[in-house]
Amino acid sequence: MSTLEQLKEQIRKALPDLDVVIGWEQGYDAMHATPLFIRTEEDIDRLIWSPLCVHSLGTYLTGLTKTPNVRKVGLVVKGCDSRAIVQLTQERMIPRENIVLFGVGCTGCLSHARLEYKVEQGGHYVEDMHSITFNGDKVEVAVNGDVESFDFDTVCLEKCLTCRFPNAIATEHFAGEQVPVAPKCEKAPSLEAFEKLSLEERFAFWQDQMRRCVRCYACRNTCPMCVCRDHCISTSRNPHWVSQETSSAENFMFQMIHTMHLAGRCIECGECQRACPVDLPIMLFRRTMVHAMKDTFGYISGADPEATPPLLTFKVEEDNIKERGW
Amino acid sequence: MSARNGVLSDTRELRVVGFLCNWCSYGGADTAGVARFEQPTDLRIIRVPCSGRIDPLFIMRALVSGADGVLVSGCHPRDCHYAEGNYYARRRLELLKQFLPITGIDPQRFEYTWVSASEGARWQEVVTKFTNRIHELGPAPRMQGGSGYDELCLKQIEEGVKQGPACPCHKERAL
Ligand code: SF4
Ligand code: SF4
Ligand code: SF4
Repeated sequence: MSTLEQLKEQIRKALPDLDVVIGWEQGYDAMHATPLFIRTEEDIDRLIWSPLCVHSLGTYLTGLTKTPNVRKVGLVVKGCDSRAIVQLTQERMIPRENIVLFGVGCTGCLSHARLEYKVEQGGHYVEDMHSITFNGDKVEVAVNGDVESFDFDTVCLEKCLTCRFPNAIATEHFAGEQVPVAPKCEKAPSLEAFEKLSLEERFAFWQDQMRRCVRCYACRNTCPMCVCRDHCISTSRNPHWVSQETSSAENFMFQMIHTMHLAGRCIECGECQRACPVDLPIMLFRRTMVHAMKDTFGYISGADPEATPPLLTFKVEEDNIKERGW
Repeated sequence: MSARNGVLSDTRELRVVGFLCNWCSYGGADTAGVARFEQPTDLRIIRVPCSGRIDPLFIMRALVSGADGVLVSGCHPRDCHYAEGNYYARRRLELLKQFLPITGIDPQRFEYTWVSASEGARWQEVVTKFTNRIHELGPAPRMQGGSGYDELCLKQIEEGVKQGPACPCHKERAL
């Protein structure tokens, strides 16, 4: 039985006890998946599982579990998605007992941005792509009558290159085989490249990038770990942390808020950057904080349901902090 | 005044913001003042109840709003008036220090330390050292640039439309 068949079977059995199960279905064209809310048996047939299933569905949980008439929620999760649920559970942000997770092993998801870039480089227009096939470590796209083939590693989400948790953890169900843990690189290539720049160059880069931010807050709203909803300090007037002026400085300040509030919580799902309509490389910020957290406290968000997040505790003698040396 | 006496290398005042905890470091700065220790005058002190009250975003906001340096000082570990505020602060401040380089803000512009109420001399040393360092670094670069859709931006969009898929916006997407 394929992973998808198995997944459907598990959902079918569990559905009578659940108000809704969220997974993915084919979207408006061959290139896109879209979230699917399964409420009846028939809905299950529309479920898909492929590298197009990029969305981290955990984003719905904090809102949904507070919705009247929704008592129990099922969710299909990849490895990275499951870490959001683990972290939210640790922080007691979701009633874990009312959530049923259907886990899968994941071999990586497609980055539409990277694929579109490749296709356009080849002289085609993205609008002309009409089918996509995932074939081992190759991706084949039919575009304008031609078939273009790319290495999967060159068009997958950047997070998948460093992924250490491809198999969903702490789930009630698991469909298919465990996939091998095989990170392609230690550090995200974009971060590695960016770190080669001098401080001046970095500052100039952000100054330039931040003026493009339209402050749509998609990066915040799509983040599974952003739980403050209508109480976010970036939109509060009292205290007034960020003004409505959309200057580089104010937009940058907003990014600092998101990064700081995700310190020790960000599970590197990359949804913030994926959602950004102007493609700001804000994962550079998030990843740096993730690395700092790991180097200083040996902590990986959402990896261990029993662990205490480092910013909620302390050690009298810290292992890796040498603050007196200046 | 100190600048005139040669404690500082540059005579122009820069903006250094100090977040000092009420119980130790603010007292330490006061002790230094009462003892008439010579101190640089660039520092603007913001008194907080405890170093544990200092949100790293206070520091970011100060830096983004034009501070050239930010100094945080609290009670020594084990001496916190509220028992453990400075332990939490230490973790947050350390993370901020490690994070700053990616933004292009020189991490040298931010420092945190511990000074007790009786350590007037230590306060003098800390604030002088830090202010000197900021003077060596000079004024901090400011993030400027108006809203997303100013004239330059519109020109770039126009250019991009002309260039089609070769437009640099598409290249950024590959990052
Ligand atoms: S990060 Fe890992 S689990 Fe998440 S989509 Fe990529 S390969 Fe799958
Ligand atoms: S999604 Fe992008 S444009 Fe929108 S607020 Fe976030 S960074 Fe700015
Ligand atoms: S900040 Fe970005 S990468 Fe981190 S959890 Fe939120 S959406 Fe995911």
